[in-house]
Order: sequence, then C-alpha cells, then structure tokens
Amino acid sequence: MDPLHDMNLDAPHSMGTTIIGVSYDGGVVLGADSRTSTGMYVANRASDKITQLTENVYVCRSGSAADTQVVSDYVRYFLHQHTIQLGQPSTVKVAANLIRMLSYQNKNMLQAGLIVGGWDKYDGGQIYSVPLGGTILKQPFAIGGSGSSYLYGFMDQAWKEGMSKDEAEKLVVKAASLAMARDGASGGVIRTVIINADGVTRNFYPGDTHPLWHDELEAQNSLLDVLSSGGAACPEPMST
Amino acid sequence: MSSIGTGYDLSVTTYSPDGRLFQIEYAAKAVDNSGTVIGIKCKDGIVMGVEKLIASKMLLAGSNRRIHSVHRHSGMAVAGLAADGRQIVTRAKSEATNYERIYGEPIPVKELADRVASYVHLCTLYWWLRPFGCGVLVGGYDRDGPQLYMVEPSGISYRYFGAALGKGRQAAKTEIEKLKLSELTCRQGVIEVAKIIYGIHDEAKDKAFELEMSWVCEESDRQHQKVPDDLLEQAKEAAKAALEEMDAD
Repeated sequence: MDPLHDMNLDAPHSMGTTIIGVSYDGGVVLGADSRTSTGMYVANRASDKITQLTENVYVCRSGSAADTQVVSDYVRYFLHQHTIQLGQPSTVKVAANLIRMLSYQNKNMLQAGLIVGGWDKYDGGQIYSVPLGGTILKQPFAIGGSGSSYLYGFMDQAWKEGMSKDEAEKLVVKAASLAMARDGASGGVIRTVIINADGVTRNFYPGDTHPLWHDELEAQNSLLDVLSSGGAACPEPMST
Repeated sequence: MSSIGTGYDLSVTTYSPDGRLFQIEYAAKAVDNSGTVIGIKCKDGIVMGVEKLIASKMLLAGSNRRIHSVHRHSGMAVAGLAADGRQIVTRAKSEATNYERIYGEPIPVKELADRVASYVHLCTLYWWLRPFGCGVLVGGYDRDGPQLYMVEPSGISYRYFGAALGKGRQAAKTEIEKLKLSELTCRQGVIEVAKIIYGIHDEAKDKAFELEMSWVCEESDRQHQKVPDDLLEQAKEAAKAALEEMDAD
C-alpha cells in the first residue's frame, strides 16, 4: 500500500490539541498549542485555538475544528444580543452556560471539548470546562485535548492557590510545552491569553523558544546545520 | 366623561381624534379603584405591602393573596383585578425560569420588569385582547442590589424608590416622600408601610381589610418572602398605636 494513502489525508480537520486554562489571583491565563491536523497531515501549524467570545471572555477549543468554530460563533452571537439587552457586559458564567447548552443539546452531532475563561466584575476570573457530553465544571484550572492526558499529574502537582500572573503564565507555557513534546497531535507554537480587570493580553511563544524536554533536539533551520554541528545530541543521519 | 358615546372608547386599537386610547385609561381606572398597594426601596432591600379589601367575612384569612413570589429573589404585588394579576405572575414566573435555564443565573430585576412590561403592553395592541386591569409592583434583589419597578396597564414600566397604586396612592406617596429611604432598614420599613396603609384606610367608609406584606432583603437572605408573622403583628400594633395617637391629638 502506498504510504500516502495510509495517512488519512481526507479526514476532517481536527484539533488533536493541548488546551489549558488556569486561574490566578485576579484573573485567568488561557493557553493552547497551534496544531490542526487532517489525519496525519498537519493542515495548519500556527492555528489560533483561543477564540474571543466577548470583550472579557475567551474560549479554548479542542476536537473538531468545524464543530468548535460553529459553537463559538453561535455563542458569540448570543452573548452579543444578551449584552445589548442587559446594557452591560455579560458574565463568564453566562458564556459558559450557553456553550454548555449547545454542547449538551447537540451532543450526538458534536465533537467539541471547550474551556471557557474570562473575567467579570461580579465573580472575578473564572475557568469553566465543558467536555464532550456537555457537562459544565467550574474549576480553578482545567486542561483539555489529547495532550492533556500527559498533564494531569503535572498540573495537580504544579498548580498552587494564589499564584501571580507571571507564575500562572509560566505554568501554562511549561505545561503546554510538556504535552507538545509527548503528544504527536499537539505542536507548533504556544499562544496564551491573559484576562483580568485591566483587560486582555495576548502572548506568542514560537517553537524554538520552548524548553527542550527528554531527548528533544534543538530546533534547526536547515539540515546542513544539523550535519555541521555534529555532537552527541545530533545523530549522523547517514550512518548505519 | 367626554369619551362616552363618541364610539372612540370601544376598541383598544382605535385612537380618539386627540390621540388617546380610552380602553387603556379605563384599565388604569380599574387599578385606581383597588385597595392600596405600596412598595419602598430601603437601604438593604425592598418592602411591599397591600391593603387587601375583604369581600366577605366568610373568606379564609390569608386567601386570595395579592403578593406572589416570581422567583427566589423577586416578587410581585398586584393592584386591580386579582385574576388578571395572576396571569401576569404566571408569565413572570415562566420568563424567570426561562432566563435561568438559558443563561444559568437568576434573571436581573430590570430584565424581569422589562419582560413583564412587554407582555402587558402586548395586550394593548390587538383588537381581540383586553388590556390588563391591573398594575403590578416588581420587587427584587439581584447582584446590582435591591430594585423596585412598577408596571402599569399601558405597559409602561419605571424604576422607583417608592411607589403606590390603588385608591390611596396619592396619600401614600406623600407619606413615602417623608421617609428617609436611604437610612431605613427593611425591618423599620415594614413598620412604616404598615403605618401608611392603616393611616390611609378609612374604617368608617372602606371595607374591612387584611394587611399583606413581603420583603426581599439581607435579613431574608435576598429571598422574596412574606414578612415573618411576629414582625407583621408588631407592625400592625405599631400602626394601630400610631392611629390612636393621631386621634388623641
């Protein structure tokens, strides 16, 4: 069989993903990798899986790219209406509940695992995770996507109550890079979104800035660099 | 009554030549003839009180309630046709549960009042409907604090510090204006409202009445509840004492 045909290139775009939401003193940090795959093929290596719903609420998407886009589009529309009707920004709780409603009512058709995070003046920073069946869970931190299975132990150990903003973001980046090292369906760059009383900050961490885990190799621009540098960490590609 | 005999007062969907809708004005009359209904916003919550006129001595005390709970944090007091009021309360309850089902948090009082007002207003727009013969007070406590609204048969709704409906509304409003609402607690407010209602009631002329009262405040844990029996008794006593004092003067 032609190896090309085993790679399932006509599979639907899905986000084998690592997504993370962490609350800290005064706000939340959301994080995600950037790999979108069709079967084995990386369809987009720099996708943005952290989507804006309102001024103060964002959502991390995992599962089918199409399904999660459509869910967040609907919720963004509902929240916009709701904001106009109430004459004030909608709360994180309302956003999470709308996501839950759509996920639950269409559970037979959807493949969507979402983490909602944001800040409002009533309850401060909040993280809600809405996994596959449409459960809603308010959590101090949440992880999701295929990469999250590598993170449970780490997050339970590393997350601390009352972290600062920088500590929380460092944790998110570290966790994402760990999962991306192990999980083949996660990779690329790391994107973070920080939401608090002062507003929203977006950060970008290119692949060559991530810490190297296990026996990972340094990122290289060209095969020539690999060959010329030699060294134990660089196996001779033409040997054996 | 310039409207009578002109034919312009027969339908809600027909304006008079000078731009009035007589059916809505008649509906307002039905409210004006009702027992007095009072609502005040104190510093820690809302107090509502009703002078419930008793049609027959054989009625069971506490029946035909005019104050209803809509949701955990809000209630409604009805002036005018009690049966019309129940229809509005039913609608308000379904609006409140609907909102919470969709958005996962209790309906804000403003939103509740707006939706009730829309419903009341809807009944002034079709020839096959009759406007509601009642006005309602909507009192509630949400994350933005306690709020009091009044919805009239025309479908108009405003937010108030103090509001009164029914026969004694003018006298009640002048009494409410004398209160220092920003310093009053609900516990004190209950007594003031009782005093006003007893003060307005003319024992010689009016039918017998029952005082019905509810509150939503810190003391009731932000829940809409009827005022506890002992406090209600205390309020009635205070009101009667105040009346006697007035008579003595």
